[in-house]
Amino acid sequence: MPDTKLPCDVAEKVNAICQAHGDNPGELINILHEAQHVMGYLPEEMQRMIARRLSIPVSRVYGVVTFYAFFTMTAKGKYPISVCMGTACYVRGSEKLLEEFKRVLGIDVGETTPDGKFSLDCLRCVGACGLAPVVMIGDKVYGRLQPVDVKRILEELD
Amino acid sequence: MDDKQITLQIDHHFVTVPEGTTILEAAQKIGIDIPTLCHIDLKGTCIKNNPASCRICVVEVEGRRNLAPACATRCTDGMAVRTSTLRVMNARKIVAELILSDHPNECLTCPKAGNCELQNLALRFNIREMPFNGGELSPRKREVTASIVRNMDKCIFCRRCESVCNEVQTVGALGAIRRGFNTTIAPAFDKMMSESECTYCGQCVAVCPVGALTERDHTNRLVEDLADPDKTVIVQTAPAVRAAIGEEFGLQPGTLVTGKMVAALRELGFDYVFDTDFAADLTIMEEGTEMLDRLTRYLDGDKSVRLPILTSCCPAWVNFFEHQFPDLLDIPSTARSPQQMFGSIAKTWWAEQLGIPREKLVVVSIMPCLAKKYECDRDEFKTNGNPDVDYSISTRELARLIKRANISFTLLPDMDFDQPLGTSTGAGVIFGATGGVMEAALRTVYELYTGKTLKSVNFQAVRGMEGVRRSTVDLDGFQLKVGIAHGLGNARHLLEDIRHGRNEYHAIEIMACPGGCIGGGGQPLHHGNSAVLYARANALYKEDAGKTIRKSHENPFIKTLYREFLGKPLSEKAEHLLHTHYFNRSI
Repeated sequence: MPDTKLPCDVAEKVNAICQAHGDNPGELINILHEAQHVMGYLPEEMQRMIARRLSIPVSRVYGVVTFYAFFTMTAKGKYPISVCMGTACYVRGSEKLLEEFKRVLGIDVGETTPDGKFSLDCLRCVGACGLAPVVMIGDKVYGRLQPVDVKRILEELD
Repeated sequence: MDDKQITLQIDHHFVTVPEGTTILEAAQKIGIDIPTLCHIDLKGTCIKNNPASCRICVVEVEGRRNLAPACATRCTDGMAVRTSTLRVMNARKIVAELILSDHPNECLTCPKAGNCELQNLALRFNIREMPFNGGELSPRKREVTASIVRNMDKCIFCRRCESVCNEVQTVGALGAIRRGFNTTIAPAFDKMMSESECTYCGQCVAVCPVGALTERDHTNRLVEDLADPDKTVIVQTAPAVRAAIGEEFGLQPGTLVTGKMVAALRELGFDYVFDTDFAADLTIMEEGTEMLDRLTRYLDGDKSVRLPILTSCCPAWVNFFEHQFPDLLDIPSTARSPQQMFGSIAKTWWAEQLGIPREKLVVVSIMPCLAKKYECDRDEFKTNGNPDVDYSISTRELARLIKRANISFTLLPDMDFDQPLGTSTGAGVIFGATGGVMEAALRTVYELYTGKTLKSVNFQAVRGMEGVRRSTVDLDGFQLKVGIAHGLGNARHLLEDIRHGRNEYHAIEIMACPGGCIGGGGQPLHHGNSAVLYARANALYKEDAGKTIRKSHENPFIKTLYREFLGKPLSEKAEHLLHTHYFNRSI
């Protein structure tokens, strides 16, 4: 994982988040939750910064980050793809959709394409079961997709 | 704790305990030994791990549906506890079998074999087969650092190392990462310990119940060196070793075995058996003089002098401040540790006298410590790549080697150290206990500063096991304020104060391990019994009291060394050979 120093504006935002929570170690999960929105992920340097601010060992921050599936240390793509694996989507073939995304993009779940454009994840139900199977790309919902649609959608975004 | 007393029954025996006592503690009080695995409570120190996660200590409590963990269940008045019913024994056995289900079957070659708490439980519970074929753990990280060997496949997640590293030592190198079956104990970002803030204090090794964390073993290398006719192999032994190694041969904790230890080292084939205590006396000459020098300049109004001066004998402590307090690198004494002073003098003054070339001289140290292994390896303690101290072996390793060499330790005669690097004073001996370095320094500093002879060399106020102790010593009108801390968490409090300008001391002694070196990471395992540490400390004070010379500056061979070789303390030669500098290693 890259050990880059954080850009100034990012550091300022993360500092502000910690401060808003009173630099309280008990608020670690909430702080991480908000900090992840700043860059879309939690790079090593950001975790070190949070640990220093809260005066706790960085091993504890990293322990929490790796414990909860919500937190990620990989940068999301420009177009983050989330395939719904909820019951309705699953029975209507979302697994095949997921396999197709994996095949076309050449990445696994939780990974990002080398050009930084696409990342692939799963989620559980976005409340649009009537449109199953559902895929979210960024904030946009794509419903009733078939594996044959995958290539076209990706090309449109590209 | 409340003074209210409550009475309960354990296995039909009545016991009265203060409110707040756990079932485990109440049972111990009446000699009922409930088995535990994750639990450790080194009373009188701050070492404690009580997550109630292993469930080995479950007991039956009358009126309660589920079995209760004895380590985490408080006694109540009138409670009736059964610790050995069929239900309890079966539950315990199954818990142990489940822990064993994904534990590597490597007991034959495991460095912890014979001293492993899990192995002991398997024996005690009469486990004769492995009924559960659980999922195989994916292989975890293995790492060999200069001091510590980490084999996380053997980890049982008791979290003792995590508690000690984070809560007690506040180093923060080890913690649980990931979850479920993928959990492991590792430094942040799953890095190597050698890339983390680890100080190599070895307290994680001292509390690990299994073979997941062990010391880096150098005994095979030592056996080869001893057999090499071209090499002169000499040894130095740290003070804390003589107060503990007897335990490995069935002797009571606190039995002093200095003479037998020397005899055993001769039997093993060392060409000369010397004493680190000699170098401890030398340390006092250098560190004490440095302390006086800084103090005098400070009192004369020299603004460039910062106080307090901190001791620098403990390599884990040095690692700690290099990592965590890089803004205070000018505060610790520049004096090297006794181990390194010994190596430096042995490979110059002594080797030159005997005409032994540096390359053919092997200096081995026997230490209660694992950080000393790393210290030998530091580049600043090498000349043309040749280390002043070639390597260090722990008290435990020496005991294993003595057994391997068929030496009946307890039957050995008492023998004396060789001259000149084997003569020491009582001041050098007490270096092994918390407060000992300060007391030794005070004995010399008082006499050098005041020009008077001390009425009593015993400074009781600096002795003891309290985490932080303070004392004021009257130096002919000048009130010298000294502080003592053991355990890196206690040290951190003092350093934070200094960092924020809230310092009340002129000098502070710090040792990384609980009780000082007697509780070091390389000592025979205490298995959570702090009485062992008290007994070892008392043994050192006893040896001190029995010495004719008890002040470092009166050691005749130290005087010779300065007269013939070094000149005086802090001379150019002394600075070159006996002092060091520190590095900013913050991450």
